[in-house]
Amino acid sequence: MLKFVKYFSLIFFLISGNIVSSAENAEKLLTTDWTFKGPFGKFDRASLQRGYQVYQEVCASCHSLKYMSYRNLSEEGGPEFSVQEAKAIAANFEILDGPNPEGEMFTRPARLSDKFAMPYANEEEAKSANGGAYPPDMSVLVKARKGGADYVYSVLLGYEDPPVGMKLDDGVHYNKYMYGNKIKMPAPLSEGLVEYADGTSATEQQMAKDVVSFLMWTAEPHLEQRHKIGFRAIVYLIILSILVYFSMKKIWSRIETEV
Amino acid sequence: MSEHNYQPKSKFGKWFNDRLPLLTLANHLTDYPTPKNLNYWWTFGGILTFCLITQIITGLVLAMHYIAHADLAFSSVEHIMRDVNYGWLIRYIHANGASMFFLAVYIHIFRSLFYGSYKSPREIIWILGIMIYLLMMAAAFMGYVLPWGQMSFWGATVITNLFSAIPLVGESITTWLWGGYSVDNPTLTRFFTLHYLIPFLILGLVVLHIWALHVPGNNNPIGIDIKKPSKDTVSFHPYIVVKDLFALLLFLILFAFFVFYSPNVLGHADNYIEANPLVTPAHIVPEWYLLPFYAILRSIPDKLMGVIAMLSAILILAALPWLDTSKIRSAVFRPLYKQFYWILVLDVLILGYVGAMPAEGLYLLIARIGTAYYFAHFLIILPILGKVEKTLPLPMSISEPILGGSLNAEPARSKENYQKL
Repeated sequence: MLKFVKYFSLIFFLISGNIVSSAENAEKLLTTDWTFKGPFGKFDRASLQRGYQVYQEVCASCHSLKYMSYRNLSEEGGPEFSVQEAKAIAANFEILDGPNPEGEMFTRPARLSDKFAMPYANEEEAKSANGGAYPPDMSVLVKARKGGADYVYSVLLGYEDPPVGMKLDDGVHYNKYMYGNKIKMPAPLSEGLVEYADGTSATEQQMAKDVVSFLMWTAEPHLEQRHKIGFRAIVYLIILSILVYFSMKKIWSRIETEV
Repeated sequence: MSEHNYQPKSKFGKWFNDRLPLLTLANHLTDYPTPKNLNYWWTFGGILTFCLITQIITGLVLAMHYIAHADLAFSSVEHIMRDVNYGWLIRYIHANGASMFFLAVYIHIFRSLFYGSYKSPREIIWILGIMIYLLMMAAAFMGYVLPWGQMSFWGATVITNLFSAIPLVGESITTWLWGGYSVDNPTLTRFFTLHYLIPFLILGLVVLHIWALHVPGNNNPIGIDIKKPSKDTVSFHPYIVVKDLFALLLFLILFAFFVFYSPNVLGHADNYIEANPLVTPAHIVPEWYLLPFYAILRSIPDKLMGVIAMLSAILILAALPWLDTSKIRSAVFRPLYKQFYWILVLDVLILGYVGAMPAEGLYLLIARIGTAYYFAHFLIILPILGKVEKTLPLPMSISEPILGGSLNAEPARSKENYQKL
């Protein structure tokens, strides 16, 4: 029994060790005190709400969130705006709808059930507006990059002057953490760029932390529920295995073999 | 045990059983005599059955919401993750379930290698197992393509391109597999169909695997033939059932850890980027459970030879009952084999590691040595070892650790020692 557990954990650590070592990056990523990490991790509502503000005022002019709907903003486990607030947010955006009975497309204010408005009509328009680079959709961005939240956070804060001797083309910027160190996006954050309604001071670090938390939520909208159910499931499994262990001992005591 | 003259008690039961002997089957399964010294490595058969059923059930639910179309697959997966009730849970169980399935099957296979379970009279069980393993790899590979992320697309491109290495007809076969001139929508829809089909083929093979097992009965850690039923056996129910259940629960704790707390750690971040035929990812790597074979494939400079080496690495296992010339099953009584066994385990782990690394420099050298050793283990070491190895004396039965069968008998080991085996 003990031997089994020993080997089993060995295999477990071999696998997880392999993962950790393969996740190593050349440049050590920046990190911060994320509230959503760990088995009990939750989102900080205020941070998500501020993060939404940063997304809307800074990122949304180029980056879409095509898998998100306005109703998500008021759903449990997210920024949890009130339904009225979410409706008011949605009403700020114009959505193309139609055709109407006359066969014409028309625009109308967005409703809760609408997806987030897209910054560009199509990929080609997005590219031509951004010097040929396509600003990626950010719905699952945090999960789509090795290093996850830390990586996106680092890129946001990783703008520097290029090392001596490195020549950059027009419209290309140096970033310490970006793969290949070259990025077409100009440094998006600067001190005081947004004005937080709750009085939090809008430092670069603060804005990066808020917007990355927000993007972690858009990538994993059910993260809180997952952590909560996971804890219960594992506690349940542990209790059940203890009960089954003693049942097993009892049953096997009928014969003279250790189990 | 009264398997052959089993009679149901009720009148209806007897009437039914005379026409369809389901009750006789149920009686056989519960009474099935099992060696009483089976250790926890023997619980993985039950765990694997659980994994297969979990994959089938979660897969059915996913198929209700998934759309097999190149333009819609990625967003339908996001729809499952966001809007389907508990869709995230079902998908994470299915995706991590594949990894858990392979973890269990590798333990199951290496248990068989250690205790010589593939040897006579269990060759057919073993070969059926290899067929199941092959189908598992096919199902897992096609399943990984379905979310239509970058790694899905490029993994499919790399693997299907292997067929183009076949002389003369290779290109035509690849075009036929793709349903076009590159991996595209027709490829996705056929992969989805096959991914849906294969688990049921596996289920059929599992029935045969268990049927073939119930003819000679289980091997055991000592690896000797035992009389059934006897003092050396216990009935499958409740003894083995409760033990399998306990092991399954421990396994589920590990499973739950991945599903709830690290659901994406076994996957690749690039697969959350929608497939783009114009952008190739920096490193195309398969899922972890295919890495050793990927390392073998890449270690051979010639494409066709690489493909042959990779396939042989799996198919060679089917010949194992005849390559291993030793009559002794359990490594417990084979001091030399035991050492080579652990070297093989290490070799496969190393191959898996270099399979994840770029195929260049030192990694390539290690992959080549690892590949050569892998084949040498089966083709050279095992056949010779059976002839030259001096094995330890075998006990007469599980209950009575009295040594026999060899003249240079060592002093009998204590009873506890055997129970720990």
